[in-house]
Amino acid sequence: MNEKLRLEGVIKDFGDHHVLDAVDLDVGDGEVVTLIGASGSGKSTLLRCVNLLEPIDDGRILLDGDDISEPGRNPDPIRRRIGLVFQSFNLFPHLTVAENVALAPRKVRGRSRREAEAEAVELLGRLGLAGKAGEYPDRLSGGQQQRVAIARSLAMDPEVMLLDEITSALDPELVGEVLDVVRGLREAGMTMLFATHEMSFAREISDRVCFLDDGRIVESGPPDTIFGHPAEERTRRFLQRVLEAGRM
Amino acid sequence: MTASAPELAGPTSTRTRRDRYERRQRRRSIGAATTSTVVVVGLLVWLIPKTSGWENVQQSFFSPTVFRDVFPELLGPFWYDVQIFLWCAPCIVVVALLIAMARNVRAPALYPIRLFAIVYTDVVRGVPVLLWILLLGFGVPGILQTREWYGEFVIWGSVALVVAYSAYVAEVFRAGIEGVHESQRAAARSLGLTAGQTMRGVVLPQAVRRVVPPLMNDFVSLQKDVALISVLGPVEVLRRAQIEVARTFNFTPYVAAALLFLCVSIPLTRLTDHLLQRERSVMSATAVR
Repeated sequence: MNEKLRLEGVIKDFGDHHVLDAVDLDVGDGEVVTLIGASGSGKSTLLRCVNLLEPIDDGRILLDGDDISEPGRNPDPIRRRIGLVFQSFNLFPHLTVAENVALAPRKVRGRSRREAEAEAVELLGRLGLAGKAGEYPDRLSGGQQQRVAIARSLAMDPEVMLLDEITSALDPELVGEVLDVVRGLREAGMTMLFATHEMSFAREISDRVCFLDDGRIVESGPPDTIFGHPAEERTRRFLQRVLEAGRM
Repeated sequence: MTASAPELAGPTSTRTRRDRYERRQRRRSIGAATTSTVVVVGLLVWLIPKTSGWENVQQSFFSPTVFRDVFPELLGPFWYDVQIFLWCAPCIVVVALLIAMARNVRAPALYPIRLFAIVYTDVVRGVPVLLWILLLGFGVPGILQTREWYGEFVIWGSVALVVAYSAYVAEVFRAGIEGVHESQRAAARSLGLTAGQTMRGVVLPQAVRRVVPPLMNDFVSLQKDVALISVLGPVEVLRRAQIEVARTFNFTPYVAAALLFLCVSIPLTRLTDHLLQRERSVMSATAVR
């Protein structure tokens, strides 16, 4: 499998604390890699670093073999190739659903409003949101809002999607509809890096699972190995806690 | 609800009793508010004319004859104030937005712009509006040696208003810009929008909506401060009223002018509330009234 995304010894500090402590990670083209780990283990920071929202302190991040973390590089053209979906949706409340999705194609790609919004409506239809194009985000359920956020990212035709605990802010009965969209993306061959607390879903969808603890990737491997026979004590303890909390 | 619902529920169901109770409570509170208002207003109307000196007060401030005589004379000059307000307001918005955005400039090479914006807001807000009007309104035409043209004073007086108010309004905009949550910026940047596109397309539209009420406050006070231009000489409403006061030896013209200002500022405030309410109900289904 071709390497799409590669992290080499990535270090991110907040003050004295290594939030990411020499993280190495490869994501192949079309591969789905999930990041699991407790809150504060560095999952979100890792995704924000890949999207260049956070500058890294050391190491390199390569996209198609190209060092995107090089200091002084303009991050904007790179971000267009990497979609990021947030835990809290972060939709633009002053824009309708269709305008949310069409904003980046219009501003960044210079598409006309009519063209971009027509495409947005088409994309929303594929995610089961055909009737919602004219609504404002506040009128939608959490699940619908998160699907709009995914559509907004997809509208830029990203090569990689980063999903940051996209179901954590949802009511339990709304999680399924968002995960269905992720399944669809997988079938379409999208390369994804997915931080999640949904263990059974991680097991189902991932090619590879990475367990993060204290800013380090403690263990990574196929889902059946990580969830079935974790090699590391720390992974076992984490999974045990998740199991006891009834989240698996 | 279907027509048969009350039957199903029965005449003395909890629901019905609750409704009846709440209706009674509502009637009672409306009644109490009305009674107390009538009593207080009645007392004031009955007592005030009984106070010693009331006749003098009424004669000096609320003389109907002077009012009838003077009011039509004030309308023209007041329209003059409104015109100054109408051309100052959009200029203030534009200048204030530029200043607010200048304060957000992050590029090091543009630091002088940022510094200028900071100094501008600090200095301008630290000096009384009246002083700016005197300084620019008399000062600039003085330098330009164009004292023969009377309108010059008004133009430079208005410029002084724009200078002074844009500093206040810029601070309002800046607060609005900073009030937009960081996650909105992150979302926009993650899509590949540049900092400028994010500002124009995502941050500013939300900031502007947010600052409508404080902005309107500033505009209500601008509408009144236009009268300060009277110090430069033009016969706008305050100056006209002053002339009438001197002519009639009576303060009613000032009260009449005050009434004119209220006629604009109160609807302006109500309009703001209305717009804000509408905005909120469009953007959110869960708005609390």
